Amino acid sequence: MPSYWTLLSWGPEGWLDNIASGVFITVSLAVATLPLGLVIGFFVALAKQASEPSLRLAGNIYTTIFRGLPELLTLFLVYYGVPIGLQIIVRLVQPDATIEVNSFVSGMVALGVVLSSYTSEVFLSAFRAIPRGQYEGGYSIGLTSGQTMRLVVLPQLVRIALPGLANLWLILLKDTALVSAIGLSDILRQTGIAARVTREALLFFSLAMLIYLVLAIISSFGIGAVERAVSKSGDGR
Amino acid sequence: MAAESITMAAPPPPARGWPRERIVGYALVGLWIATGMALAAYLIGAWNTELVERWGPAYFSGLGVTLALVVISIVLGAILSAPVAYARMSKNRILSSLAYAYVYFFRGTPLLAQTYLIYYGLGSQRLMLESVGLWWLFREAWYCAILAFSLNTAAYQAEILRGAIESVPKGQWEGAASLGLHKLQTLRKVVLPQALIVALRPYGNEIVLMIKGSAVVALVTVPDLMGQTRLAFSRSFDYQAYLWAAIFYLVLVETLRHGVEWIERRITRHLVR
Repeated sequence: MPSYWTLLSWGPEGWLDNIASGVFITVSLAVATLPLGLVIGFFVALAKQASEPSLRLAGNIYTTIFRGLPELLTLFLVYYGVPIGLQIIVRLVQPDATIEVNSFVSGMVALGVVLSSYTSEVFLSAFRAIPRGQYEGGYSIGLTSGQTMRLVVLPQLVRIALPGLANLWLILLKDTALVSAIGLSDILRQTGIAARVTREALLFFSLAMLIYLVLAIISSFGIGAVERAVSKSGDGR
Repeated sequence: MAAESITMAAPPPPARGWPRERIVGYALVGLWIATGMALAAYLIGAWNTELVERWGPAYFSGLGVTLALVVISIVLGAILSAPVAYARMSKNRILSSLAYAYVYFFRGTPLLAQTYLIYYGLGSQRLMLESVGLWWLFREAWYCAILAFSLNTAAYQAEILRGAIESVPKGQWEGAASLGLHKLQTLRKVVLPQALIVALRPYGNEIVLMIKGSAVVALVTVPDLMGQTRLAFSRSFDYQAYLWAAIFYLVLVETLRHGVEWIERRITRHLVR
């Protein structure tokens, strides 16, 4: 039986290179999902704080659905559903087309919509913390509503929403573990393969836990740095 | 507050005609209605009595497994969370850092990975477990799932409990002490009733998170709602399997959320002025 150090080495004997590629997949999936979740979440929050009731209703339906479904179910719904939906649309133009959506994109879309339903709540409470006078001040110096949003409201909004968003980033990092269920070779899938082949399940799953913990700790440092940078720029006003 | 309402300006009258917001709003609501009707039409069109007879009971038994798992884990987690929260608030450095490490570990790693670690990881140590007489526990996916979920939710519930107890002002403890109540009486009769009002919403959220999180046990072969859904899909290749599961989960979560809101309204009636 090879020693633990051989199993955890880099190269054909060990599994470290496979697991490192899993870490890369996990991190790149989380990084790719984040902007998607932030942008969709911002617009959903914009709809939910509008004065127009129909817009609020549309936003609330979105959050209710994607916050109520288990992440794993959303993942399967997207993974199996999006190809079917796209196929129906594409077949209208090209009757013999077949569509395949790869699991990275499915994971990104599914985790993105789940994330956006949570970020929309964070942005919504941040919107409510910004006084009405900020908008009025913006209009009174002749900014259009788009300019007021971009130049006056958004910079303050980001600062208020940051702690909530940081929390959601940590949740996103953990949720990426679910994509191993649709065959994406993330940390958990790679360690799972290693565990099955070498019959050292305890070793490899403990290693997976350790990697997730390290990712969370690195994120905490990163979040702290961003928060300091943002609060510093606020002092300069 | 009457004076304030007099000085406050009346809200602006709702815009008339078709401002841009209204057009977008109606279009989006229309899109939701169209999506809903398309899904309903698909489900009605794809209605297959044979499939429903075969999988309908399976879905309900899966729902039962999901609910049992969540209820058992929440209760066990609540029992376990009390000592963890106590240790976390303790002045003893070693005790509080141990509790912090426990909470950090279970909140910082995915629930799925924890379940794998317990079921596959500890389950692989058969000889060691047999020697301590715990093999029966780690042999069954069901017990492993309950263990993983209880440990996980205990970490979250400990934080909820700690936050709620710390939200009660120190003067409440001092006031009770000056009346001659000892620590435990103070906790039970003065602090906890106030803390639980604060804790209700986070507890509700935690239950919702557990219901949603419980779907991952399907990946370690527990036949919960998600497990039955996956089985139904792998046998029939019929996409409606997942849509029905979505309906089940949405109804479950929304019922719970409204229930918690109703309880919150009831128990905070004395705070409304």
